Amino acid sequence: MTNHVKKGYARPLDITHGRVDMSHGGGGRAMVQLITDLFARHLSNEYLAQGNDGTCLPLGKGRLVLSTDSHVVSPLFFPGGDIGGLSVHGTVNDVAVMGATPLYLTAGFILEEGFPLADLARIVESMAKAANDAGVKLVAGDTKVVEQGKGDGVFITTTGVGFLPDGVHLSGDLARPGDLLLVSGSVGDHGVAIMSKRENLSFDAPILSDTAALHGLTAAMMASGATIKVMRDPTRGGLAATLNEIAHQSGVGIHLEEAAIPVKPEVEAACELLGLDPLNIANEGKLIAVCAAEDADRLLAVMRAHPLGRDAAVIGRVLEDANAFVQMKTRFGGRRMVDWLSGEQLPRIC
Amino acid sequence: MKYVDEYRDGEVAQGLAQAIAAEVRTDRRYNFMEFCGGHTHAISRYGVPDLLPPNVRMIHGPGCPVCVLPIGRIDLAIQLALERGVIVCTYADTVRVPASGGLSLMKAKARGGDIRMVYAVTDALMIARDNPDKEVVFFAIGFETTTPPTAVAIQQARAEGLKNFSVLCCHVLTPSAIMNILESPEVRELGTVPLDGFIGPAHVSTVIGSRPYAYFAEEYRKPVVIAGFEPLDVMQAILMLVRQVNEGRAEVENEFTRAVTPEGNEKAQRLVSDVFELRRSFEWRGLGEVPYSALRIRDTYADFDAERRYGLEYWPVRDNKACECGAILRGVKQPTDCKIFGTVCTPETPMGSCMVSSEGACAAHYTYGRYKDYEASAT
Repeated sequence: MTNHVKKGYARPLDITHGRVDMSHGGGGRAMVQLITDLFARHLSNEYLAQGNDGTCLPLGKGRLVLSTDSHVVSPLFFPGGDIGGLSVHGTVNDVAVMGATPLYLTAGFILEEGFPLADLARIVESMAKAANDAGVKLVAGDTKVVEQGKGDGVFITTTGVGFLPDGVHLSGDLARPGDLLLVSGSVGDHGVAIMSKRENLSFDAPILSDTAALHGLTAAMMASGATIKVMRDPTRGGLAATLNEIAHQSGVGIHLEEAAIPVKPEVEAACELLGLDPLNIANEGKLIAVCAAEDADRLLAVMRAHPLGRDAAVIGRVLEDANAFVQMKTRFGGRRMVDWLSGEQLPRIC
Repeated sequence: MKYVDEYRDGEVAQGLAQAIAAEVRTDRRYNFMEFCGGHTHAISRYGVPDLLPPNVRMIHGPGCPVCVLPIGRIDLAIQLALERGVIVCTYADTVRVPASGGLSLMKAKARGGDIRMVYAVTDALMIARDNPDKEVVFFAIGFETTTPPTAVAIQQARAEGLKNFSVLCCHVLTPSAIMNILESPEVRELGTVPLDGFIGPAHVSTVIGSRPYAYFAEEYRKPVVIAGFEPLDVMQAILMLVRQVNEGRAEVENEFTRAVTPEGNEKAQRLVSDVFELRRSFEWRGLGEVPYSALRIRDTYADFDAERRYGLEYWPVRDNKACECGAILRGVKQPTDCKIFGTVCTPETPMGSCMVSSEGACAAHYTYGRYKDYEASAT
C-alpha cells in the first residue's frame, strides 16, 4: 500500500537558494521552520530545547555577571571572521574580562527581507562553532524580520551570562599609581581587516581580524595569582578609548611607551595609507590588564604562554594625575596625549 | 615599517635636536610657521616641540584645506544635497565642518541628503556611473596636490560622456595664501606676528616645484624650507631655517630632495591649466577674500562646473563671533587664546573649522597637547 502520509507535511527549507522573507518573522509556520531547521539545528542544547518562553538555568557558584552587545558589522563576512563568530566573541569577552567564566548566551537576530538563507546558515554555523569553542551555550533566542532596505542583512544582539567566584573583584576604578599596564597582543587588527575589505586594499600578507574568545586567556591570568585590578577588551575606539575610560574611572593618569605597543607592520602600513591611528582602532581578540607592578613579570609570562597572548607586552604605567590624561612617549622622543576619538573613525566595525 | 620608520627614528631625532640646540642663538627667538596642516599634525602627533629649545616656536599656518573652507561654500554643497537631490561626494573631514543654520554636511545627511565620503575623486566618478538617474557632484577641496586628480576626473567624465557628473570646485593655492599672510597688517606693521621663516609643504612642491616660493623669499626676506611630512623632515627643516636666520639668508631651500625639483611636475601643471583657471578672488576662512588664490573650471569644461550647472550663487557668511579661527589661521593667536576653545568648541562640537580637521591647529592642540596647558598653569 502506498503511504500517503507526508513526512511533517512541510516542504524543507531551501537553505541553498532561499531568502529571508517577511513570513520568517511573522510568527507563523515559516518562522517556526526557520528556527527549527536553521537556528536550533546548529545551536541547540538541553536549555534551548526546553522550548519555553524563558529558559530555566541552574545557578552557578558566586555572583552573576551579565553583559550585552549588538553587532552590526559591515561587511558581514570579513577576513578572519564573520558577524556570527564576532557576536559570540564580543559578549564572551565582555564577561571574561570581568574575571568571570562565561556560561550562557542569548541571541536576538534582526534579519532583512531578501537575505540569502545560505549566508544566514554560514553565520549560524560560525556562531555555533564559536560558542562551542568558548564553552558557552546559547540558551534563548529571538528572530525578527524587517522589510528590505530597513536593515543591512543581519544584526545580532547577544547577551552573555557568567559566574564570578566570591572574592574576585576587577573594576575600571581600581587602577592605582604605580600599577603597570599590559596588552595581550598587537592592536588594530580587527578594524583594519574590516577597512581593507571595504576599501579593497590588498596587502602581501592579508590582514585578518583578531576576533577570538578570550575566556581561556583570562582564566589563565586569573589563576596566575597576580593581583589584577582591571581587565578590558579594547573594542570600538581601540586602546585609546579603553585607557581613557580606565583613567577617568580610577582618577589616575596613564603613561604609555609607544615603542612597547605591539602593532603588526601590515596594520601600521594600512593605517599610514588611510590616515588612521592604530590606537583608535577596534580589536576583537585582545585585552588590556592593569596589575600591581610587582606581579607584572609573572602575569606577562602567563599571558605569553597562552596562544592568544603570545605577543603580550607591558606598555605603560599608571601615575597620579588629577586630570586623568593618557599620555604617550612617542618613538620619536616627544610626548603627546592619547585622546578619545572624535566622531567615528570607521563606521560599523562590530 | 620600511621607508617610514627611518624618518621617525628617535635617535636621529635626538641628534637633530642637539644640532638645533647648539646652533640657536640664545639672545633671540625663532618663530617659524609651518604652513601646512599635515606638518601641524606631524608636529603634534610625534611631540616635536618637546625636542626644540624653548626659544624656537612653531606657528600653525592656514594650510588645512578643510579649515580654510568658508561657511558659504559648505552651504552651497548642502543646498545641492537637500534642495536639488544631488549626491554630494567629498573628502573625509569636510562633512563635519559647521555651516549655516546649525548644519554641516553630516547633519544634512541625517536629514536625508545623499552625502558620501570618498577617498578619491575616482570613487565619485564610479558613483556617477552606478547612478545614471541621479546627479552626482564632487565637492572638490584641497591645495595643489588634490587638484590634478580632479582635473583628470573632469577630463575622464568628458571622454566617457558622463552627463550626470560635475564638480563644485574649491581648490586653493598655497603661494597666494602665504603671500596674503606676509601682506597682512599684523606681519607688515610692527610685527605682531613675528615670522622668521616658513616650512613649505613638500607634496605641494612635488606638483608646483620649489620655484614659486622664490619671489617672496627674496621680496619679503623670509627663508623657506620645503619639507616632507615625517617628523625627521620637520626637524631637519627647522635646523635649516635656524641656519638661514643665523646667517642672514632668505632663500628657498629644499629638504625634500627625494621628490621635489625646482620645476615640479610639469605634466600635472599642464593638466591643471587645461581644466582650471585662476579665480579673481576667493574667500578663505580666516584670511577673508584673497585675490587670485583659488581655481575655477574653465569655460571649455563648463558642463562639469556645478556652480554654472545649478546656477549657484555664493553668499559669504560670517563666522561665529566668538570664534578665533581667523586669527589662529593667520598665526596671530594660539588656540588657547580663544575663549571658546575647549569649552563650547571641542572636536565633538566644533564651532570653528580649526577644530574640525585633525590637521587644524585647534584640534591638534586639543587632541595631542592640551595636557601641557594644565602643566603650564601648575608651574
